Amino acid sequence: MPFTPVVLWTDALVFLLVFLMSVFIWYMRGNEHLLAPWRRVGHSASGMSALTVLIFFIIVGLLDTLHFRPALEHKNSHGETIYSVEVLSVLDLLLTPLRTNVEKTYSAPLATHLYAKETFNLPDGNQIRTFARLEYGGSHLTDPDAEHQSDINLRIAKGIGLGLLFWIILHALLCLNMARRTQQRFTLCVQSVWRRTTEIPWHAILITLGVILVAVGILSMLAAHYHVLGTDKVGQDVLYLSLKSIRVALIIGTLTTLIMLPFALLLGIAAGYFRGWIDDVIQYTYTTLNSIPSVLLIAATILMMQVYIETHAEYFETIAERADVRLLCLCIILGITSWTGLCRLLRGETLKLREMEYIQAAHAFGVSHWRIISRHILPNVMHIVLIATVMDFSGLVLAEAVLSYVGVGVDPSMISFGTMINAARLEMAREPMVWWTLLSAFGFMFILVLSANLFADAVQKALDPRVKTRTLNNASAQKNNPAPIPASASIPSPANKSI
Amino acid sequence: MSVLLEIDNLRTILHTGKLPVRAVDGLSLKINRGETFALLGESGCGKSMTALSIMRLLPDVGEILSGSINLNNADLLQLPESAMRQVRGKQISMIFQEPMLSLNPVMTIAEQIAEVLTQHFRLNKPAAQERILQLLDQVGIPDAKRRMHEYPFQFSGGMKQRAMIAMALAGEPELLIADEPTTALDVTIQAQVLDLMREIQRQNHMAILLITHDLGVVSEMAQHIAVMYAGEIVEQSPRMHFFERPAHPYAQQLFASLPDKQKRNHELAVISGAVPSLTQAFSGCRFSDRCHYAMPRCHDTAPQWHHISPVHKVRCHLYDLSSTLIDITRIPEATSVPASPDAQEQKPEPLLQVSGLKVHFPIHKGFFKRIVGQIKAVDGVSLHIAAGKTLALVGESGCGKTTVGKSILQLIQPTAGSVRYHQQELVGMERQRLRPLRSQLQFVFQDPYSSLNPRMRIIEILQEGMDALNAAPEFTVGTLAQPSAAPIFPHETAVDTLLQYVGLPKEAKWRYPHEFSGGQRQRIAIARALAVNPKLLICDEPTSALDVSVQAQILNLLKSLQNNLGLAYLFITHNISVVEYLADEIAVMYLGRIVEQGLTDEVISKPGHPYTQALLSAVPQIGKTSATDMIRLKGDIPSPASPPTGCHFHPRCPMAMPVCRQTYPEASTLSATHITHCHLYSQEHRSNHHEH
Repeated sequence: MPFTPVVLWTDALVFLLVFLMSVFIWYMRGNEHLLAPWRRVGHSASGMSALTVLIFFIIVGLLDTLHFRPALEHKNSHGETIYSVEVLSVLDLLLTPLRTNVEKTYSAPLATHLYAKETFNLPDGNQIRTFARLEYGGSHLTDPDAEHQSDINLRIAKGIGLGLLFWIILHALLCLNMARRTQQRFTLCVQSVWRRTTEIPWHAILITLGVILVAVGILSMLAAHYHVLGTDKVGQDVLYLSLKSIRVALIIGTLTTLIMLPFALLLGIAAGYFRGWIDDVIQYTYTTLNSIPSVLLIAATILMMQVYIETHAEYFETIAERADVRLLCLCIILGITSWTGLCRLLRGETLKLREMEYIQAAHAFGVSHWRIISRHILPNVMHIVLIATVMDFSGLVLAEAVLSYVGVGVDPSMISFGTMINAARLEMAREPMVWWTLLSAFGFMFILVLSANLFADAVQKALDPRVKTRTLNNASAQKNNPAPIPASASIPSPANKSI
Repeated sequence: MSVLLEIDNLRTILHTGKLPVRAVDGLSLKINRGETFALLGESGCGKSMTALSIMRLLPDVGEILSGSINLNNADLLQLPESAMRQVRGKQISMIFQEPMLSLNPVMTIAEQIAEVLTQHFRLNKPAAQERILQLLDQVGIPDAKRRMHEYPFQFSGGMKQRAMIAMALAGEPELLIADEPTTALDVTIQAQVLDLMREIQRQNHMAILLITHDLGVVSEMAQHIAVMYAGEIVEQSPRMHFFERPAHPYAQQLFASLPDKQKRNHELAVISGAVPSLTQAFSGCRFSDRCHYAMPRCHDTAPQWHHISPVHKVRCHLYDLSSTLIDITRIPEATSVPASPDAQEQKPEPLLQVSGLKVHFPIHKGFFKRIVGQIKAVDGVSLHIAAGKTLALVGESGCGKTTVGKSILQLIQPTAGSVRYHQQELVGMERQRLRPLRSQLQFVFQDPYSSLNPRMRIIEILQEGMDALNAAPEFTVGTLAQPSAAPIFPHETAVDTLLQYVGLPKEAKWRYPHEFSGGQRQRIAIARALAVNPKLLICDEPTSALDVSVQAQILNLLKSLQNNLGLAYLFITHNISVVEYLADEIAVMYLGRIVEQGLTDEVISKPGHPYTQALLSAVPQIGKTSATDMIRLKGDIPSPASPPTGCHFHPRCPMAMPVCRQTYPEASTLSATHITHCHLYSQEHRSNHHEH
């Protein structure tokens, strides 16, 4: 076999998450009333645009999650294949030229020369200081000064063309599919998309998709011969670093929330619902936990983990595994320190809900505590959970950057937005300034967090059954309300009962 | 009399949703100086939007399309916003329904009134303080000098409403708009506030635009009445004419749907359906779909004004010249089925017996949460309910009647006393053993908006009880024969029958609660309670959040359920007319104790306890014109944390004697079924014995 698959801890958890999501979706498909609110998500233009962007990020993240070790060319003495110690992902494979085209040091975006002057010894013994040509960036040009701009323009044009071509193909496929489903003519479908008469806002999705595809087209055209976003201190391509960081950001955002949620949900609702000593114990726990500076706690845990990793080096075959365990540990400790906020919110909301009359009605039926919590309280606090989760997602992505700066974040060998920002920080002071690393990290994080927030907004609006009345009710009130109900007439007389 | 406010053809729409809501659609009215003009109508017919249009304080989605509002011959709609600020508070001021929400909790009362004064008058500080004091004295706030510097939370509900009125009066307005000023208040407090408003109107010669849904309040307060329906005025008349001969079928039907004693054995007339959606364009009469007299013409041509007398006009086709001969004052005699057969009058075994029930809530204070006192919400209540009978528990808010209901069901753990259902003691029973009994006793809550889980469909709501108690309504046994198609809902047919029973279509089960109106939600809540086949329903003010016509529907439903299923009700309410209509027996509660108990007729016609007398006389009644025979109570209910010594009622009692301050009176029997706790009676009763 030319490679051996590697499943890191975080990979396994991501696969688990994907599996759970698929089960959830599969279950939803069977239940029309559960599906209905999610259909409403599909009607929100901003939500669907945000989802399109998110899907792009998620695809990149998932590609980066499929890890393997390539086989080396020589075999060991027993004739067995030896695998490289370097763990690669499918994304690495796709981005191979970017990953391997490493320059000497900083170079500006799309540059053909290094960013700093170097001293060269000329054959005649003189020395000159000049900007050296890059080893890969623009190396195909013979006269960079003359050809540089026109080459870039040509490639951009090609990229736009390529992007549009793909976009048109996708657009056509979509409309063909629609035409087949609705038994309408193809042109009619195209018209309905652009006149915004379709139920799902395809026009918004297609515009977003168009922007993404054109951007990807341009990047792929340029990236083959240039460093589109420049290179960092050790000459690594910043575009490659940014794409690799997406996985870490997604993992920190989702896994931490996954770890935090059970604590927050269980303890928060239990405290609010049962009151009394249970409430006291839980309150004291989170007040105490909250009063410990969380950076201190995280630093202590990460350092302990590091010591453990170093003393048990035999457990970890590759550097990637060590870095991964540290990432997982970071997620866990972030989860443990960040549940208190949501827990407090949920306790407050539950305190309010438990006095609601429908909960009292459930008590009057002798419904068990567990069922009251799961059927009455949990669905009614879900909107808080959803909002808090997304807020936390953005917060955690940012927290990772801060922690990496303090030196207790992810492993230095792991590429993340935090390490990128941390590296860029030092260069902000130098003249001329190296701005592209920071800007790339900022741009990618911004788009990721913004689209997550927009999507969560749409989901929240759609999931709250009361919101629907405010928007749709007036139009459909007459349709929905059945014929006026006569109060007296419809009660069957006792004689009819046995029939 | 000169005209103060004249509204001509006002149209206000609200841009919510896809279609605009025509909240006010071509409304015209005139209010004279110093007169009380009542705008009467059910919720959702545009009363409040009219008021807000006059103040030009519509929400952002609101828009005044056309019309004019002339105050002292100046069109308010043409004024710039800065000039309008001089009008608000100075010429027109407004008091709102909910005194809790319309006072700023972080400002003292004096500061809030001073805000109005500094806006409209140039007063220096001492002069302003002087004026505030004067205003608070005028609205009857005792010890105003000290209390003016207190915060709203230190005021009781009635006091807050008085403070609101003082604030509204601060600008010496010519017109006071009162939007349901007493709806959130108890009857005795309501009587005080209405008295105050009348008094102030006489002193200041101020006009009042009173917005209300309560026919009783209108009858006591108004000089001129306009009935509003679906965004327009359908009838306009002086009070006397209106209450003698209501002309519009809507007004007639409103009167017919009021519960009272005379209609006891009849079903109440109901106005079928609900106020139509205001998004549609009406072609005919707006009431035609619900009208008993609807003619073909009503559905396609909108009726014009018809003058019955020079001052009494109505918008109805019945009064077209040709048809004036029809006897339109005939109120449709609603299917007068003699409801309760009242055949067997033997003393039945009590279904539920409550004796000496006490619920005390401890007051915790300090770091270690020491118990420093007890709130005696319920302090020794005894009552019994026979199978198939209705006991009404009457009292003002805060007297502990809801707590009684909940502690009977063990939703609140009683401190002492016993609750026996069929001779089985419920107090102190473990959760597991209590469970089978839960199906026998059920609860219907006051607020239909918070008693249904907004995230569950109706079928899930109705099934919850059946699943938890493993019970199914008995009356579905016949129809339960075939197994339903969807095995997820084993009780689907039972749910269908239940919905049918409370008068809702079967399809309703797939919807969420928010898709229903208040009355329909209350039906669902009743169906939920019926699902487990109870013998006793505890109804906690089930109609107080509903409109009069919807209230009639619910009362009819409750009554027919009692006849068909033999249910017993513990009916908790503050509404005396509902009690007269529905109850067999009454227990009057004051500050955690029952002060009077007896058969409905006895208690209503010969109330023994001074509190009962005051309560009954405070109820605004139609046709009662003068306020002379009313017993006005001073002050508010005291706090149950520190009830007065002796008889709890003595600080407010007009007939208090020295002995009342020392000992709580024992029960004195007025007749075999009528007892009361009052020193007045125990003595008089005994002396009566001596005399006879």
